[in-house]
Amino acid sequence: MSPVKRGSVAIVGAAESDLGAVAALMSPMDLMAQGIHRALLDAGLTLRDVDGLFCATTQARTSAMSLVEYLGLPNAYTDSTIVGGSSFEVHVAHAHAALEAGLCSVAVVAYGSTQRTVGRRAASAREFNPYETPYKPFLPATAYAMAASRHMHEYGTTREQMAAVAVAARQWALLNPAAWEKKPLTIEDVLNARKISDPFTVRDICLVTDGGGAIVLVRADRAKAMKQKPVYVLGSGQSITHASITSMPVLTHTGAIEAGRQAYAAAGIKPSDVKVLALYDAFTINTILFLEDLGFCAKGEGGPFVADGRIAPGGALAVNTNGGGLSYCHPGMYGLFLLIEAVRQLRGTCDKRQVAGAEVALVHGNGGVLSAQATTILGNAATV
Amino acid sequence: MADPALSPLATYIAYLKRGELAYQFSPSLGKAVFYPRVIAPVTGEADLQWRVSQGLGTVHATTVVHPQQGDAYNVCLVDMDEGFRLMSRVEDIAPAAVKIGMRVAFRVHTPDGDEDPYPVFTPAAAQEAA
Repeated sequence: MSPVKRGSVAIVGAAESDLGAVAALMSPMDLMAQGIHRALLDAGLTLRDVDGLFCATTQARTSAMSLVEYLGLPNAYTDSTIVGGSSFEVHVAHAHAALEAGLCSVAVVAYGSTQRTVGRRAASAREFNPYETPYKPFLPATAYAMAASRHMHEYGTTREQMAAVAVAARQWALLNPAAWEKKPLTIEDVLNARKISDPFTVRDICLVTDGGGAIVLVRADRAKAMKQKPVYVLGSGQSITHASITSMPVLTHTGAIEAGRQAYAAAGIKPSDVKVLALYDAFTINTILFLEDLGFCAKGEGGPFVADGRIAPGGALAVNTNGGGLSYCHPGMYGLFLLIEAVRQLRGTCDKRQVAGAEVALVHGNGGVLSAQATTILGNAATV
Repeated sequence: MADPALSPLATYIAYLKRGELAYQFSPSLGKAVFYPRVIAPVTGEADLQWRVSQGLGTVHATTVVHPQQGDAYNVCLVDMDEGFRLMSRVEDIAPAAVKIGMRVAFRVHTPDGDEDPYPVFTPAAAQEAA
């Protein structure tokens, strides 16, 4: 049984900060603050209402401390858990518990990164690992590439199938005015792009952008009377199977299996109830792995599943409707943007990329090198 | 042989300097443990025993890294016959010729300067046929 109640809290505000290539000398905290300001406007609240701060960035070792100072909220309940890109799905689960326990009443989850401006190496310094660093793995790509090598070996997954994930993401991105990429992409473009770590070319790999944002959560009773249609947190799950790729138990089976199991149980739903998916697509193989591990197709069938436009606009399953980390935005830890897009889909405000009749969205965050998996299931008023 | 004054990593490196690939075994876990640790994972017991690998393994996963400058090179995961996995590279053949399932044999790579030695691999056909 889930320790928190299904639907007892809701996301009532969501916004991106500036994205892409932000103004010179903006800091990660500036972007968090900008996202918080916009998300609070979206929610019809002000900073004076906020008493819970959940945040993560690779560019501040003690990000909650920095954010508390920036915002002038010395008594806020804070949590700066960092498990890579899925940190924000974990924050939602933690905020769910904190709101229910009365530790805070208005919780903000925030992120900011100037990765594109300062450079990937400066934004996220690699830790020395004496058992891996001597071999010069180009991390994180090399780790995901080795997982892809196993998937190809065991299931016959092809380069073209992986490329189809990037092409679908680009097609969605062309429907999203906020997306970084503006030009069409073909399978051939992906296959012929610059090689990075086999089997991946640069088009199998997420963007390197700046960006940030925030979401606002309150208890469900308060959410009903607020400015936006509430998006309820139905269930969460988490599994951290390893930190370095050498220690991943099974390279073709991620912790999304367990995270998804927990989240489905808490939400009381099954994969066929989900109309919108936001899956952390740091690499093309991710989308294939998570569709399998979260029960949308059988293990090993993810390659054929994504071929032929099934996850592209007009396809049978709406996946990464904002264009994903591959084509919309990826400042290093993308998990918050999955939540923002799911909220907009469930509110029905996605314009050209809106999925008709979206009532339940599954958000799946990934951190590290397929390491920290966290699932969040969200629903609109029809689901509670 | 483990010196209690040496860290797990220092002990591992000391083996490598003698040409040996060492790993740990935990009786409470009933499994090989790698990377070397202070206590066994899961059981939490301080029962880790140092053992020396026979040096033979199988490529489990592989990639060719294409740096923006310099030659492409191999990075792989090798499953040792004793039941542990490590990151490494296969030398003496083209990086793209390294295949999943290939049998490989350990040797020590000693970098120039004051970097510590580390394990690399070569195709094992010669050793296994012998």
